[in-house]
Amino acid sequence: MSALGELAALRKTKGTKDTLSPSERGDNKAAIFFLAPWFIGLGLITAGPLLASLYLSFTDYSLLEAPSWIGVENYLRMLDDPRLHNSLVVTFTYVFVSVPLQLAAALALAMVLDRGLRGLAIYRSVYYLPSLLGGSVAIAILWRQIFGTNGLVNQVLALVGLEGPGWVSHPDYALGTLMILNVWTFGAPMIIFLAGLRQIPEMYYEASSIDGAGRVRKFVSITLPLLTPIIFFNLVLQVIGAFQAFTQAFVVSGGGGGPADSTLFYTLYLYQNGFRSFDMGYASAMAWLLLVIIAALTAANFFFSKYWVFYND
Amino acid sequence: MTERQDAVSTPRDEPARDASVTEALPPGPQSQAGAASGGAGDLPVPAVTFGSADGPALRKRRRSGGSKVRSLLKHAGLISFGFVMLYPLLWMLSSSIKPNALIFRDPSLLPTELDLSNYTVGWNALLHPFSHYLMNSFIIVLGSVLGNLMSCSLAAYAFARLKFKGRPIWFAIMLMSIMLPIHVVIVPQYILFSQLEWINTFLPLIVPKLLATDAFFIFLMVQFFRGIPKELDEAARIDGAGHARIFFRIMLPLATPALATTAIFTFIWTWNDFFSQLIFLTNPDMYTVPVALRTFVDSTGESSWGSLFAMSIVSLIPIFLVFLFGQKYLVKGIATTGIK
Repeated sequence: MSALGELAALRKTKGTKDTLSPSERGDNKAAIFFLAPWFIGLGLITAGPLLASLYLSFTDYSLLEAPSWIGVENYLRMLDDPRLHNSLVVTFTYVFVSVPLQLAAALALAMVLDRGLRGLAIYRSVYYLPSLLGGSVAIAILWRQIFGTNGLVNQVLALVGLEGPGWVSHPDYALGTLMILNVWTFGAPMIIFLAGLRQIPEMYYEASSIDGAGRVRKFVSITLPLLTPIIFFNLVLQVIGAFQAFTQAFVVSGGGGGPADSTLFYTLYLYQNGFRSFDMGYASAMAWLLLVIIAALTAANFFFSKYWVFYND
Repeated sequence: MTERQDAVSTPRDEPARDASVTEALPPGPQSQAGAASGGAGDLPVPAVTFGSADGPALRKRRRSGGSKVRSLLKHAGLISFGFVMLYPLLWMLSSSIKPNALIFRDPSLLPTELDLSNYTVGWNALLHPFSHYLMNSFIIVLGSVLGNLMSCSLAAYAFARLKFKGRPIWFAIMLMSIMLPIHVVIVPQYILFSQLEWINTFLPLIVPKLLATDAFFIFLMVQFFRGIPKELDEAARIDGAGHARIFFRIMLPLATPALATTAIFTFIWTWNDFFSQLIFLTNPDMYTVPVALRTFVDSTGESSWGSLFAMSIVSLIPIFLVFLFGQKYLVKGIATTGIK
């Protein structure tokens, strides 16, 4: 069961009390020992900073002097910060275009690979490799060259007599190149889909064959409905992940989010505010907006899931 | 939800029928097989072979003439698709041994002229030889791997085996912390570490791992521990073993696959990590591979793509090696938990 499933299950079992057997009553002490590092980390590295950034979001703070309380000013400033609005548009566009494409590619390939194919392990590895490398600076560098004015893509286009623009330096195309990079890493969701496909009992397909169902019918009536929980799971994960994209945009744009802010991801703008201008208060307010957005997207996913996700239990 | 495992046949007892990773791993949030495998998402205890994942015995292959042609076409399609996907990588490799001028003219994979000087030039292009940055990255990776292995397995044991006050709540907090983006807490973390004077040391990158902040791996190991039969620790308990002993002598040795998965993913994530290294390491002496590469881009511009590519290739080699030797665990890890 995934982390998401565990959370959902916890919600369901709320109210049932753990009953302690005599031998287990002494576990409290042991638990403190085993959980000590985690508790400290939670307090100092996770929960503490989370609350601290909430406080800082109401202050003006540049690291040099003590934070000064300015109320909701940072949030008001966010309301009319055109670069911030632009970064939201850029990020949402990136998420809502590239994630569905990535998942569609992942599902399509998983379907093709599922049928007891010879050499499946090799194909799976080859298609998965980009997922491991995709987040690295090296690949971002490669992308910057491939989609550059004299890059690989334009060299290939030149072979057929076409002249391409400098993709990464053109405001209309730069974001597209990053989307392609995200789609290129479809291997990880593909593996989750493969695992999901394997869970569908063969007998469903056999029964439908007897009833004369064709491939399309089987896909629409058996595979898709039974796979919706996995599609959902992938969707939540990839949306959260894509919303945090940073490295690719940073390297491809040389840290600026250009050209013309067309690749200014939200995280990149947050970085610029916090660690270039050292405007820690504003960066903290942005951090909280990010948290709210991700929580809302996840909640929305869960909410809408009941209309299309099929649970067989 | 947590007690159901008792009745579950352990992965150990399962006949080695398909042995694929996916077999034992309900993949999604609510797998259809959830009821059957209770400790859902357990990694199988015995090491299973990666190759047998095709499950040839389970699926019938029709072998009439027409479908043979179709199968050939399918393979041809899949191979070409794989080739297209990997082309950029292969081209980067081949460009790294081409003279600079050719990188902008030659889209083919076979270099017409060989020029290995890119590697020597790139190696020495920055303030320190590239080995310096490789070493920095390795130190951080090593610390992170050890940190995650220790701290996450300890916490996982508590969540999987100990009954303690408020466990469901703490468990829920742990699960939610998996989804917390680092960007939300990076500012206060930076302030904290700068007050500790840890900026430009490796501590901000390693110490959090010692404190189990990669909660994702706690979850992974909880899943695994739940699949280990409780009879084992109960027997040990009767023999007078305490929790520490059970943990070190029974759970950890049996959890090797989960530990391997953790180590591999920590390696890859830390090696690729750019955001936090960029923020915490600003002194060129402390640069890691990604930060150094990025400086390289800024300092050289278009003039030396060859050496830039050469060092990019060097930076990818460790990941590629981990990928080659750790595939089995990678695939299992993703299928269980949905990580990249």
